[in-house]
Amino acid sequence: MKSVCLYFQIHQPFRLRTYRFFDIGKNHDYFDDYANRFIMQQVAEKCYLPANTLLLDLIESLGKNFKVSFSISGMALDQFELYAPKVLDSFKELADTGCVEFLTETHAHSLVSLKSKSEFINQVKIHAGRIESLFGQKPVTFRNTELIYSNEIGDMVFDMGYRTMITEGAKHILGWKSNNRMYCSATSPKLKLLLKNFQLSDDIAFRFSEQRWNEWPLTAEKYVGWLSSIDSKDEVINLFMDYETFGEHQWEETGIFDFLKAFPPLLIKKTKMRFRTPAELSSKLQPVSPLQVPYPISWADEERDLTAWLGNELQDEAFSKLYDIEDKVLTLNDPDILQQWRYLQTSDHFYYMCTKWFSDGIVHRYFNPYTSPYDAFINYMNVLSDFTLVVEDKYAAIPKDKTPVKRKNLKHKTL
Amino acid sequence: MKVLMFGWEFPPHISGGLGTASFGLTKALLKTGIDIIFVIPKAYGDENPGKVRLLNASDVAVSITDEIFKSHWDQISYLEVDSTLLPYSTEDEYFTILEKIEAGTSSEKITLDAQKYTFSGGYGKNLMEEVRRYALVGAAIARDHEFDLIHAHDWLTYMAGVEAKKVSGKPLVVHMHATEFDRSGENINQSVFDIERSGMMAADRVVAVSNMTRSIVINRHGIDESKVITVHNGVEPPSTTSQVENKKFVKEKIVTFLGRITYQKGPEYFVEAAYKVLQRDPNVRFVMAGSGDLLTKMIKRVAELGISTRFHFTGFLKGDDVDKMFGMSDVYVMPSVSEPFGISPLEAMRSNVPVIISKQSGVAEILKHAIKVDFWDIDAMADAIYGLINYPSLPQMFKSYGKEEVDNIKWDQAGVKVKEIYDQVLVDYHTK
Repeated sequence: MKSVCLYFQIHQPFRLRTYRFFDIGKNHDYFDDYANRFIMQQVAEKCYLPANTLLLDLIESLGKNFKVSFSISGMALDQFELYAPKVLDSFKELADTGCVEFLTETHAHSLVSLKSKSEFINQVKIHAGRIESLFGQKPVTFRNTELIYSNEIGDMVFDMGYRTMITEGAKHILGWKSNNRMYCSATSPKLKLLLKNFQLSDDIAFRFSEQRWNEWPLTAEKYVGWLSSIDSKDEVINLFMDYETFGEHQWEETGIFDFLKAFPPLLIKKTKMRFRTPAELSSKLQPVSPLQVPYPISWADEERDLTAWLGNELQDEAFSKLYDIEDKVLTLNDPDILQQWRYLQTSDHFYYMCTKWFSDGIVHRYFNPYTSPYDAFINYMNVLSDFTLVVEDKYAAIPKDKTPVKRKNLKHKTL
Repeated sequence: MKVLMFGWEFPPHISGGLGTASFGLTKALLKTGIDIIFVIPKAYGDENPGKVRLLNASDVAVSITDEIFKSHWDQISYLEVDSTLLPYSTEDEYFTILEKIEAGTSSEKITLDAQKYTFSGGYGKNLMEEVRRYALVGAAIARDHEFDLIHAHDWLTYMAGVEAKKVSGKPLVVHMHATEFDRSGENINQSVFDIERSGMMAADRVVAVSNMTRSIVINRHGIDESKVITVHNGVEPPSTTSQVENKKFVKEKIVTFLGRITYQKGPEYFVEAAYKVLQRDPNVRFVMAGSGDLLTKMIKRVAELGISTRFHFTGFLKGDDVDKMFGMSDVYVMPSVSEPFGISPLEAMRSNVPVIISKQSGVAEILKHAIKVDFWDIDAMADAIYGLINYPSLPQMFKSYGKEEVDNIKWDQAGVKVKEIYDQVLVDYHTK
């Protein structure tokens, strides 16, 4: 019996305000509270609340036959608490149904897995703790920011005790192999890997309202037909997408909610396929083969690599400067400083500095507060310059004899 | 296809954008297989037109018995010369040319029985008269030559284009390189505006060098939008292969403004932004290269702000000095209030200098690897300057991508687009 795994990503960054160089040294207020509140409340109204209601209704009518999973970044959780507590309540309601699995990820929705093992572990622990206290379930499946995965990352995740991880079904990794099977890490074979079926996921997430698409309009009937026609040896279809697909990337007028409402009951009625969560699949399915991933993959763009966030000069400078102060920030152990440092790690800040969108798709422009990567970089660096000054001042003020010995487990990895 | 083209300048006798642009376009059009008769008011004999047939308007005999000519002749008498007029002043060389004209050629007396008129080919105080006379020549040339359509560059040549159309009945394309609003802001010269407007009204198509210019002629001149088409300029590849070395004699970073110091170029915003940056970072020098009617005002303002030791004026630069200036610069700023296209940032980028350009420039429509700010937003401008001199990866990015981007902005693309316009115009003409 084949399975369908629905996983939705929820994330909103703490966007920076326009921060000029004359603010450096004077103003330590970095985030655009107004824009963040506005966007969060707008997306809550257009997407999170109606989509949650819809899923609750589906669970009510379909019972245990319908399962979904979510990964909600710590940045989104913080902003729910600040600006849209109702959304958090409705996720708690979903959690109470027992049909929803919450995955864990890095608290800051950061790229730290590529840079610092110790801080990576910190962030995952923080996030897993938040999920457990909010939703009453201890996460067992790991999802890295932007579905970034490599052998090394898999090893770290396995070492932390996770046995299931989800990532992208990147063609250059799979070759002829199907992404509709369970795989495992080549270096930590007990870590199972579920891979995104990007074709069928993107049919909903990106192409749903695309009128030039030859399959437009996409109906539940058509989609269920596609799902049921996959190879008989295939075991699971992983539909991974941003939750903002519903009502935000694809507006309500496109019929996206009607689609989401119609396709699960139809699938259950017309086929023997069932909805399952990653944790259920992990206990049900055995890996068919190990996956060798020496260089990190992600779910972005055609390349499925890191170049949306890292790789150009701007991104690399910002990224390395951000982690240059890691030791000092951790030594200070000041809650406000730690929070700001983590907010600055969110992958979106680096995404805004990407120059690929000059030639690449429109997706990059979504929610982007900057008109160009250059503006994004200058603004970020102004903020980081001030933050670095603050950190260095505080660090210098620590009485010498009290300076803690450098922690031993700090292991930096280079890209 | 043969095109009768009216220009005002031809290299090497150019004073700025117009000559460069019409020359670049002409070369690109030749590559598409078009024949061109290029008329300029005054040929010096050292132009290198290549395959273009260059016609010297000063050599064309004009008979005053003709009715058309009479009507113009009559008007010349009352077209008073406006001494404050800056007619088409793209570059600083305007001042040099003006001196030259005042010293010699233009003082020549014009008599009614003269059949040939020696044009100055410049932008002197007899400009309006020259424009009228050029129109007469346009008509005469149109009568004596075979061609399929007419193409006129900027208002100076529009009357010639219109007369040529009247005489030959052939379609007319006018090219808008800069409008009177760009040059003069709101204090426009009415006669120039009138010539621009009637030229575009009479034309079958109007080519605008940017979408910004296109919207000016639609909204301000009231031209039917269906006949206004944007064709962005290209940039000539560097004439020499030798790269100007980055020779700097000071340790500080250098931020440069290079252009006419006039209202249109927004020099005061550069000064104010410089002040903001210097408040924070004394490790930088600002250079204002060029001359113009706002120069003394700028010098006074710089003194008033107390930044004279870090803000330098070079006066007018030309030729090699321009390249040297780019070679010394770490940042180039073009804060123009209104710039129909703006070729100088492209020249800076070609020399690996990162650029900050105003959003009120046509070139901002096509450049990706440039920082764009509103000309009035001195905070954003200062911030961009600070970023470029303090965050090393930023200039590095421009070096990686900027030059490549500029090298791909070619006249050939513009030539192909203009040829398409010609084809369309001729189809319309023959089906009429």
